[in-house]
Amino acid sequence: MYRYDEYDHQMLADRVQQFRDQTDRFIDGKLSDTEFLPLRLQNGLYIQRLAPMLRIAVPYGMLSSTQLRKLAFIARNYDKGYGHFTTRQNIQFNWPELEDVPDILAHLAEVEMHAIQTSGNCIRNTTTDQFAGVARDETEDSRAWCEIIRQWSTFHPEFAYLPRKFKIAVCGTAIDQAATQVHDIGIYIVKNASGETGFRILAGGGLGRTPVIGEEIFPFIETPQLLTALEAILRVYNREGRRDNKYKARIKILVKETGVEEFQRKVLKEWEQLKETDLILTDAEIARCKGFFHDPAYVALQDEPAELISRLQQDALFASWYERNVSPHKQAGYAIVSVAFKETGVAPGDVTDVQLEKLADLAEEFSFGEIRISHRQNVILADVQQNQLHALYQQLKFQSLHSHNLSQLTDVICCPGGDFCALANAKSIPIAESIQRRFTDQAELDDIGDLAVNISGCMNACGHHHVGNIGILGVDKKGEEFYQVSLGGSSKNSASLGKIIGPAFAQEEIPEVVSKIVSVYKSQRATDETFIDTYRRIGMDPFKEAVYVKAD
Amino acid sequence: MSRLIKNGQLESDRWTVLKEATDPEVLKVIPGKNLIVPMQFWRDYQSELQDYAGEIAIWLDSSQNVNDIGPGLHELPLVALNFPVFSDGRSYTNARELREHLGFKGEVRAIGDVLRDQIFYMSRCGFDAFEIRHDQDAEACIGAFNDFHNTYASTVLEPTPLFRRR
Repeated sequence: MYRYDEYDHQMLADRVQQFRDQTDRFIDGKLSDTEFLPLRLQNGLYIQRLAPMLRIAVPYGMLSSTQLRKLAFIARNYDKGYGHFTTRQNIQFNWPELEDVPDILAHLAEVEMHAIQTSGNCIRNTTTDQFAGVARDETEDSRAWCEIIRQWSTFHPEFAYLPRKFKIAVCGTAIDQAATQVHDIGIYIVKNASGETGFRILAGGGLGRTPVIGEEIFPFIETPQLLTALEAILRVYNREGRRDNKYKARIKILVKETGVEEFQRKVLKEWEQLKETDLILTDAEIARCKGFFHDPAYVALQDEPAELISRLQQDALFASWYERNVSPHKQAGYAIVSVAFKETGVAPGDVTDVQLEKLADLAEEFSFGEIRISHRQNVILADVQQNQLHALYQQLKFQSLHSHNLSQLTDVICCPGGDFCALANAKSIPIAESIQRRFTDQAELDDIGDLAVNISGCMNACGHHHVGNIGILGVDKKGEEFYQVSLGGSSKNSASLGKIIGPAFAQEEIPEVVSKIVSVYKSQRATDETFIDTYRRIGMDPFKEAVYVKAD
Repeated sequence: MSRLIKNGQLESDRWTVLKEATDPEVLKVIPGKNLIVPMQFWRDYQSELQDYAGEIAIWLDSSQNVNDIGPGLHELPLVALNFPVFSDGRSYTNARELREHLGFKGEVRAIGDVLRDQIFYMSRCGFDAFEIRHDQDAEACIGAFNDFHNTYASTVLEPTPLFRRR
């Protein structure tokens, strides 16, 4: 992974010092709430319902064992012993004290971590596929490009006060696991007709109040022009994005109101002025960044070793975990393991200090000392030898981290919701739990197969409800919490936004509603057809009928 | 009395900002000053301004675009860019375009809601004069130039991005 040099360390130290001074001035009453607000947000600090919340950046989701242990230390000393993996591959703490935050940031800086630009109206942490660098279907490892974007966007003086937040995702694999098309900017690493690598760049995608799939702005741009293209888009957005209404301030509204062609024309006009500047990436810089993401020291091994085959035959539970949680690796004899953090009764994405330390140990023992966080709030061990999968499984079992509901109905994406978040209209964690309690039979879950359930506690859509196969959105109706259900969303390559099935439901109705939806799927599906495919074939009506039919 | 930071120190300000001006009669009421007038006023009353006894500069609000200044820009000694509220980031883009695309060499002044905690980024975008808000601590504002030893992105002060200097 990327390692800091003296420049990175110096800038981070400067940032911690700057925020310490700003926090002191705020506490002394020399800085007003309004003036402190964007400063603390750009250091990841929200003031929430119960306490401040600190969101720490995990660039493209990668963490080393050393960093995991530092996060465990922070969870134990500054929080109530746990943290929370977010839907944007970050980690957040829900209980720090404001006056401790500069110290926490100093601790993080020791392990090359920070909370810079994890919130606020600026360019946020760039996300990517959690399988980057190890996936079999990869065009190119996206992580070096994410790092290049991270550095360009960090402390970018022109874009610190944008109309609204700005999120960039990069996808280098054939199967999009990064929800790239619903980002403010989505970047696909592609090859052109003559086999050269470049980028296809979309802009104006997003979730939130007005979900939109991004529009193509650059069909193909050469790799050295990555930052000039991004700067051109950002500049048009910074100048012209709406600032009169925060609900219309995202770039997706600007693209829509301007019209794609006109927006593109404006971007290209800016780009003309930038495309011959020093912002063009040098071969040396591209090589330097790629150098941080070289393959680890793989051993020469065979796929499907005898050790693995016999374990799979002997241990049915292991076999079923293997089926769901293990993905093919580009390197023979290795596998990618996804660890589901969706234990029933625990908020999706929550992780304790002990688990963080255990993950650090497991990463060191099995996966070159690194893990990744996925946008589905799970953890990936990316480089596990196949002949050690069973040993790893045993250890995960010991930590109750061996559940094999990955990508299944109970692998719910869920925002913190009304239990923690000041913006929420409704709770979301209890909804996730009520669904998990309804579907406890693993055989039934296996039978249902892939089904993405995404829950958000408000329109801001942190739980990505629009792109859930089943999406659930908490709404407030005259002070009461209701839940709107949508079907048919997907964040994969054939991305689509869910459609609302009908009037909203009370909290206690949700498990039954989900059951009915699943029953329709089970009765209507063709062989090997997933939920989303069945929905796309038969449409909304059969589901609607089943859900709203009155009991006699 | 406004306070101006320029060249890293407090300086006395020889300019007066004309916040609102639509009628050239105003020039007769305040003769002999050095005026920073609204861009539109400057475009509409070129001849009246020619006759004015005193220097003339212009200011743009954040919703205006420096690319619309047009001919005459390079004769101006100063262009001021307004921050109606500190969290409105449009003037950063205007400052950079003024310096990098239009090659403006005169003073680029930040006016309006100019606060200590934004001065570092402003200076990187090409502002070289800062009319700080009345309640700001001038010493602290001067300190802001040193908030960071470096930046990753290319800026007006350091056009070569860090990746070309490493």
